[in-house]
Amino acid sequence: MSEGLAKKEERNPSNEAMIEFIDVHKWFGEFHVLQGIDLTVQRQERIVICGPSGSGKSTLIRCINRLEEHQKGRIIVDGIELTNNIKNIEKIRAEVGMVFQHFNLFPHLNIVDNLALGPLWVRKVPKKQAEEAAMHYLEKVHIAEQAKKYPGQLSGGQQQRVAIARSLCMNPKVMLFDEPTSALDPEMIKEVLDVMIDLAKEGMTMIVVTHEMGFARSVAHRVLFMDYGKIVEGNTPAEFFSHPQHERTKLFLSQILH
Amino acid sequence: MQGARPATGTAGKRKGHGRKKEVEMETISRTIDTDHIRPPVTSVGVIGWIRANLFNSVFNSILTLVTLFLLGKVVPPLVRWAFIDSVWVGSGQACKQAAGACWSIISSNFRFILFGFYPQELQWRPLVAMLILFGLFFYSRDRTHWKKSLGYAWIVGLILMGLLMTGGIFGLTHVESTQWSGLPLTLLLAVFGLTAAYPLGVVLALGRRSKMPAVKTMSILYIELIRGVPLISLLFMSSIIFPLFLPEGVTFNKILRAQVAIILFTAAYIAEVVRGGLQGISRGQYEAAESLGLNYLLTMRLIILPQALKIVIPPSVSILISAFKDTSLVVIIALFDILRTTQTVLSNPEWMGFSREAYLFIGLLYFLGCFSMSNYSRKLEKELSTGR
Repeated sequence: MSEGLAKKEERNPSNEAMIEFIDVHKWFGEFHVLQGIDLTVQRQERIVICGPSGSGKSTLIRCINRLEEHQKGRIIVDGIELTNNIKNIEKIRAEVGMVFQHFNLFPHLNIVDNLALGPLWVRKVPKKQAEEAAMHYLEKVHIAEQAKKYPGQLSGGQQQRVAIARSLCMNPKVMLFDEPTSALDPEMIKEVLDVMIDLAKEGMTMIVVTHEMGFARSVAHRVLFMDYGKIVEGNTPAEFFSHPQHERTKLFLSQILH
Repeated sequence: MQGARPATGTAGKRKGHGRKKEVEMETISRTIDTDHIRPPVTSVGVIGWIRANLFNSVFNSILTLVTLFLLGKVVPPLVRWAFIDSVWVGSGQACKQAAGACWSIISSNFRFILFGFYPQELQWRPLVAMLILFGLFFYSRDRTHWKKSLGYAWIVGLILMGLLMTGGIFGLTHVESTQWSGLPLTLLLAVFGLTAAYPLGVVLALGRRSKMPAVKTMSILYIELIRGVPLISLLFMSSIIFPLFLPEGVTFNKILRAQVAIILFTAAYIAEVVRGGLQGISRGQYEAAESLGLNYLLTMRLIILPQALKIVIPPSVSILISAFKDTSLVVIIALFDILRTTQTVLSNPEWMGFSREAYLFIGLLYFLGCFSMSNYSRKLEKELSTGR
């Protein structure tokens, strides 16, 4: 874990921008939650975002697939700018996978149907093919034996792995993780992180909001620290953890790494 | 690996602490012993049940005794009236001499109660239509039968039923809809009323939650206006006021107008119940669906409505049941549903005074309808439950 995955790996982020934020602002009513975000994420780059609660990190990644609407600035995902054009939004959402803190599996469908739903209805893949893909990804997250169960019958860790597999079924170009392990019991965190590490090894572009600093250290190319709606600093994990630049970062790290 | 670790851990502890091992052994032997002990006889079986449920306190014991006494007073005379002293077949004259119930009011007027003014010699047609309807319902009970072919079967069935009722082609004598009455009319109003009201209600519920102000306002206006007036006034409006606005010579079928009033009325209530269900679905479900790239219609159809409608099965069945019973209100606009045909029989001098028996029979018919609806809804709920 201590030796960074990023260093060992040959494939490095390419110089193509996958996601671009240009001076993005957002308000919740009067509350200025994103205050001028400038960020470029390269293809195959893995970014971990941390920061205190309310700092805007979840909002930031939720802007990428338009679960939240930004009010100023530009966001460009895979060459398509996010506007009010609903067709573009749906196109981007199909390319961007998202994993939520509370899994958000569909409780009325069994696991295979949860996974096959996206390909079936969005990608218009034939049913048989969609189910085969579903089984393939379930095996990948080591949970194929639960295929016919319903989400309510699985543990939290299993549900989150299913949620990851559900996103992967859409063959996304980017995966967004919004505190994927925060709602899990401690003994289940590892199984989810392991799946994410596997994904990183395959060169998936990932943006992860998490407080799992061990994960950040070993997997991320860049760690960003956010506070009060701004990206305070961003650096390679080695630099970020050993020489934090800003006072607020130092304070945050001292609180989180006991 | 992970599973094996705790086991080796305990083994290590046992070696280290001899005392702990003894304690464990004791616990084990105690567990074995308890396996052989049965609960006392007085707490299981029939005696146990009676003690636990009927005589578990002084007050409950008194209550049990009083209830037994009252049942003894009421049940035997009731049985004598309904079954022993009763007249099953015969004229009204015979009934008046008997001490018991006059069930012959039903048997003698069976055809009129069921089919009303539908021409006697053609009454096989509504009968067949109803059998088709019941057959389709029975077949549709099983959810594994819900396929496209079943939809086509319903369409064909409905056309067939309409043909049988109306006639006019294939050598069938034409029967005016003004002659439709009795049970077929009740079923027509109920089945169409409920099946059309439900989807309309769902659309209204979605409309009320819409982000588009115009759609939202219209839905709210509709729901509040319709819910604000009694069904009777809607029926009056449809039968008296509405024709006044039509140009000279244009008439609408009276049954159709009543039907529309029932649909509009029921839909408003369904809408509010469904809205309640929609509010019970967490935002995360919408977000998960949207983040997969599903559009609004697919999100609703595949993710939100299946869950929301499942939650609201009990209250919507309540509404459907009450709507079914409310179809009897069409008597006030002079449609002869099954309640009205029964009343017509009662106004015949020969059968005057036997309203108890007649209404019991009608009550039984309505009960069968309502009970099978609620029964089916419970079955459906159980089948759709996915352990959340």
